Amino acid sequence: MKLTAEDRRALDGERGEAARFALSVVVRMAEAAGAEELLSIEQAHIDACALMSRSSLDLVSHLAEHGGRVRVPTTLSMVSLDLEGWKSLGVSPRFAATASRIAQAYLELGCIPTWTCAPYQGYLTPRFGQQIAWGESNAVAYANSVLGARTNRYPDYLDICAAITGRVPYAGLHRTENRRATVHVHVERARARDWETPAAWAAFGSLVGSLALDGVPVMDGLPAFRPSNDMLKAFGAAAASSGSIELFHMVGITPEAADLATAGQGRLPSNACAVARRQLADAWDELSGADAGSAVDAVILGCPHVSYAEFAALSEAIARFGAARIHPNVQFLVFAGATTVELARRGGLLGPIERWGARIVRDTCPFHSPVVAPTARVIATDSGKCAYYAPGELDVRVAFGTLDACVEAGVKGRMPRREAPWRAR
Amino acid sequence: MKLRPIVRGTAAGAVLRSDQSVSLWGGVDPASGTIIDRRHDRHGESIAGRVFVLPGEKGSSTGSAVLLELIRIGKAPAAIVTRHPSPALTLGAIVAEELYGKSIPVFLATEAGFRALRDGERVDIAEDGEVRRAAARRP
Repeated sequence: MKLTAEDRRALDGERGEAARFALSVVVRMAEAAGAEELLSIEQAHIDACALMSRSSLDLVSHLAEHGGRVRVPTTLSMVSLDLEGWKSLGVSPRFAATASRIAQAYLELGCIPTWTCAPYQGYLTPRFGQQIAWGESNAVAYANSVLGARTNRYPDYLDICAAITGRVPYAGLHRTENRRATVHVHVERARARDWETPAAWAAFGSLVGSLALDGVPVMDGLPAFRPSNDMLKAFGAAAASSGSIELFHMVGITPEAADLATAGQGRLPSNACAVARRQLADAWDELSGADAGSAVDAVILGCPHVSYAEFAALSEAIARFGAARIHPNVQFLVFAGATTVELARRGGLLGPIERWGARIVRDTCPFHSPVVAPTARVIATDSGKCAYYAPGELDVRVAFGTLDACVEAGVKGRMPRREAPWRAR
Repeated sequence: MKLRPIVRGTAAGAVLRSDQSVSLWGGVDPASGTIIDRRHDRHGESIAGRVFVLPGEKGSSTGSAVLLELIRIGKAPAAIVTRHPSPALTLGAIVAEELYGKSIPVFLATEAGFRALRDGERVDIAEDGEVRRAAARRP
C-alpha cells in the first residue's frame, strides 16, 4: 500500500485518535479491495446517520469525543427523525432522544445538516469528474451517472471515515476504466407519451436494475426528449434497488455517453439486450403487489426526497380535485429535505398542500423513522425504490402509480385502475 | 481446502450454507441474528455462531452496520465465507475490531471451496484460511 508521509503520521496517531481510527479503517478496506494506493476526495455524503442502534451511536461518539473533524465539505443523509416535527408524528420521546444524539454527534464532526437522501437537489452539487465519497445508493447513482462525479457506493461507516480522512481506496468507479459500459440495453419503439412521468422512468429503472445487476448499463433508443432531473432520479433510485447499479449511461443524455462508443470507451459492451414495450409494462405491474383498485391506507411520496418541481406538480394535482380534501382513512406523507420545504413555503406551494391534508415530513425516511401508521396494510407510491423496500420494511402491499394517481388515491381512498403507460393504446 | 483471509481470525462452528446472497439490512434481525427476509432460502434460521457460507452481499450498504451491531451483542456468525467480495460485511468486521476490540473473520472462497463447504458440517478455520472438518479429526 502506497501511503503519503501525512497518511503515515495520521496512522501513528499524530492527528489524534479519530483520524487514526478513520484512516486505519480506510487502509484496511483498501487492502481488502486490492487497491494499491489511496485517493484524496473533495466532498462526502454520509448515510450512516440514519441508523438507530447502540453501535451506531458508539461509533460516531467515539469519533466526536476524540476530536474528529471532517476534512472535506460533508453533507448528511436522513436522520431517523423529523427533528422539529417528531412529536406530532407520534414518535416516542425515547426514540427521539437517541436519534437526536446521533444527529448532534455528526454535527460535532463538522458535517452540514442537510438531512436529505437527495443531496444533488441544490446544495454543494458535485462537479463533473470530481472525486467524492458518497453513501446512499440513489445519491451514488445520480452523482456518478447524471453529474459525472466519481464515487463508489460507500457502505455505512466507511463514508464518515472517508470524510474525516479525506482519503478513499483508489478503486472501483474512481478509476476511468471501470466506468465503461458493460451492458447495452436497447429500448425498442419508444414513444414519448409513454415516458412522460417519473413513475415511468422508475419502472424502467427497476427493469434495468434486474437486467444489469451490478454491471454498468448503457441505454439507447430512448424517447426523443430530455428527461427531467426527477425522471433521472426516479430511474437511478429504482435501478439501485432492484439491482446494485452505481453508474448508468444514457446515450445523448448523461455526460459520459455522447454515443455508444464513448460510453463503452471504444469497445462494445460484452452483454446486450433489447427491451420491448411489454417488458416495460410488466416491470410497472411488478412494482404493485396490491390488487388493482385496492383501498389505500397511506400514500408515500418523496423516496428519494421530493424536489421543488415535484412539490409544484403535487400542488397542481391537488388543485385539479377542487375543494376535495384527503380521504379520512388515508395518511398522506410527503418526505423532503428542509431546504426544499423552505423553498416550497416561499413559493406558496406548501399552504395548499398542507390545507389539503398532506403531512410534510422533513429530514427522514419512511423506512428509518416510525411515521407510517403500523396498521397500514396497503400503501400507494410513485417511487420504484419505495415499492421495492416497503413490503419487507413496512409489511405492506404496494399500489404503484403516477403522482396524479397517488393524489387521486389520497382523495378517494382507493388507487385508480390505470394501465401501465406502455400497455395503454 | 484453503480460503483467502480478508479479515483475519480463527473460527469454529457448524456451517450454515446458502446459495442466495443476502442483504443484512432488512434481511437479518440485528437483535437476534435471525434471517427475516422471507424470500431467502434460510428464512427463519439464525446466523449467530454459525460459519455463514453464502455467495455474497446484495442490496443496501447498511449491512456493515447490522454486522457491527451483531458483533457487539454476541449474535454474529463465527465466521463469514463468501464467494464474491463483500465490502459491507468486510467493513462491519473491521469497524468492530477497531471499535470494540472484538470481531469475526471474513474469508473469500474459490468456486471449488465454496461448493465443498456442506451445510451442517462442523469446521475449524485457521487464521491462514485452512479449513479442517471437525468430524474428520482423529484423537
